Amino acid sequence: MKRHLLEAADLDRADATLVLDTAGQIDQALAGREVKKLPTLRGRAVVNLFYEDSTRTRISFELAAKRLSADVINFSAKGSSVSKGESLKDTALTLEAMGSDAIVVRHGSSGAPHRLATWVRGSVVNAGDGTHEHPTQALLDAFTIRQRLGRLEGVRVAIVGDVLHSRVARSNVRLLHTLGAEVTLVAPPTLLPVGVGSWPAEVSYDLDAVLPKADVVMMLRVQAERMNASFFPSAREYSRRYGLDARRMGVLADDAIVMHPGPMNRGMEIAAEVADSVRSTIVEQVSNGVSVRMAVLYLLLGGSPA
Amino acid sequence: MARSTEPARSPSPGGASGTLLSAADVARVVDRMAHQLIERAASARPEDGGDRGDGGLADLVLVGIPTRGVPLARRLAARIEAFTGTGIDVGTADITLYRDDLRLRGVRALEPTVLPDAGIDDRLVVLVDDVLYSGRSVRAALDALRDLGRPRGVQLAVLVDRGHRELPIRADFVGKNVPTSRTQQVKVHLAETDGVDEVLLTEGDIT
Repeated sequence: MKRHLLEAADLDRADATLVLDTAGQIDQALAGREVKKLPTLRGRAVVNLFYEDSTRTRISFELAAKRLSADVINFSAKGSSVSKGESLKDTALTLEAMGSDAIVVRHGSSGAPHRLATWVRGSVVNAGDGTHEHPTQALLDAFTIRQRLGRLEGVRVAIVGDVLHSRVARSNVRLLHTLGAEVTLVAPPTLLPVGVGSWPAEVSYDLDAVLPKADVVMMLRVQAERMNASFFPSAREYSRRYGLDARRMGVLADDAIVMHPGPMNRGMEIAAEVADSVRSTIVEQVSNGVSVRMAVLYLLLGGSPA
Repeated sequence: MARSTEPARSPSPGGASGTLLSAADVARVVDRMAHQLIERAASARPEDGGDRGDGGLADLVLVGIPTRGVPLARRLAARIEAFTGTGIDVGTADITLYRDDLRLRGVRALEPTVLPDAGIDDRLVVLVDDVLYSGRSVRAALDALRDLGRPRGVQLAVLVDRGHRELPIRADFVGKNVPTSRTQQVKVHLAETDGVDEVLLTEGDIT
């Protein structure tokens, strides 16, 4: 494993499989235990450096680090010296001077974790940067698919929706390809990035044609906060063409699953009855997130000298 | 399994390297340890004395420490069952996340941790490992057990005790005591993991 986890491409197939296997063992070791805590990272400090809002990712990383007995410092840009104009570099150096061993960073600008990794000595984990990557989300998605379907090789995954702004989609395309799955991106042309042709994925504009052949349907959130141009005529039209409703769920194969990275816009990209159906893995994804992030922190920090 | 023609000899410290236990010796040693476990279980029943007609064996849980403690624990359980007709619960406890040398030796892949359905609370746990050396693995296993439940008692069974303890830890059941020097290596091979049953003593370079 490399020292940092900045993007899905940092993991080759062996590394990615090691993370998933480790997460599985941790999951199993902690199942049914009263004391869900391991002493592995005692005395290490993990900083959650969040420049963007987050519920599940921040809490998930916090819980993962705490279950490995690391000390966790939560830093959010709001209410810190960032509002006085302190730069990312100075903030990171300050944190490192106080003795942080790893920095988990979420930032609105694509590439911020890469810059950060050149300034600090500890490990940097990308928890989402702009519209670029979110590698631990891809890992937990792969873990969930493997848990439900028993394999990743040859699994057909449809990633549907706002691919243009989605770091989840980028990381998933890369990681799922590494692990041998076949990815199809489904989106209106306006919500596909330039150069999508070079990605290791098929592209389709027609959700109804893709659904019957898919083993996994991953719905992406329509990111209203990044919708600064008219990418589609209206929410209703988007929902009618690219939303997953009960009728569309009906054409899925019997054991196909529905995923969503959250937070969901119920009624927009995914209908409430689909989100709450037995096919939906949305809640499992969240709980798997903790195990996968424990595995990542263990593999990055466990062996490194203090 | 081929029967060895020569009885196993233990070399003196720093002495010649060679085979400490042949396949037949391993089988004999495991049988003897199984008998000792049966005997000890019978004498170590809880004081309320309720003899459930199983010689205290229902209370017994053999917990193997990966890698080779796991097949050893299974073999001991199989032999105890063969001798007494009582099935023995077997579990495994991975100690990787409890080790104190992770930072020195780097991370390694995890092994499964599986406990019997009945758990380990209030039962007699016997930790099973192949070689007892510094005692640090056992310390890690004790820490792991504390997180997994609260056994009535914990004992330790090892195939080979090679000395050089770094912690105040002692085995309750020992297959073979082998005086060694620190430069030597004791290698336990088991059919389940290595295709053959044998215990070797080799010189030098620690890999």
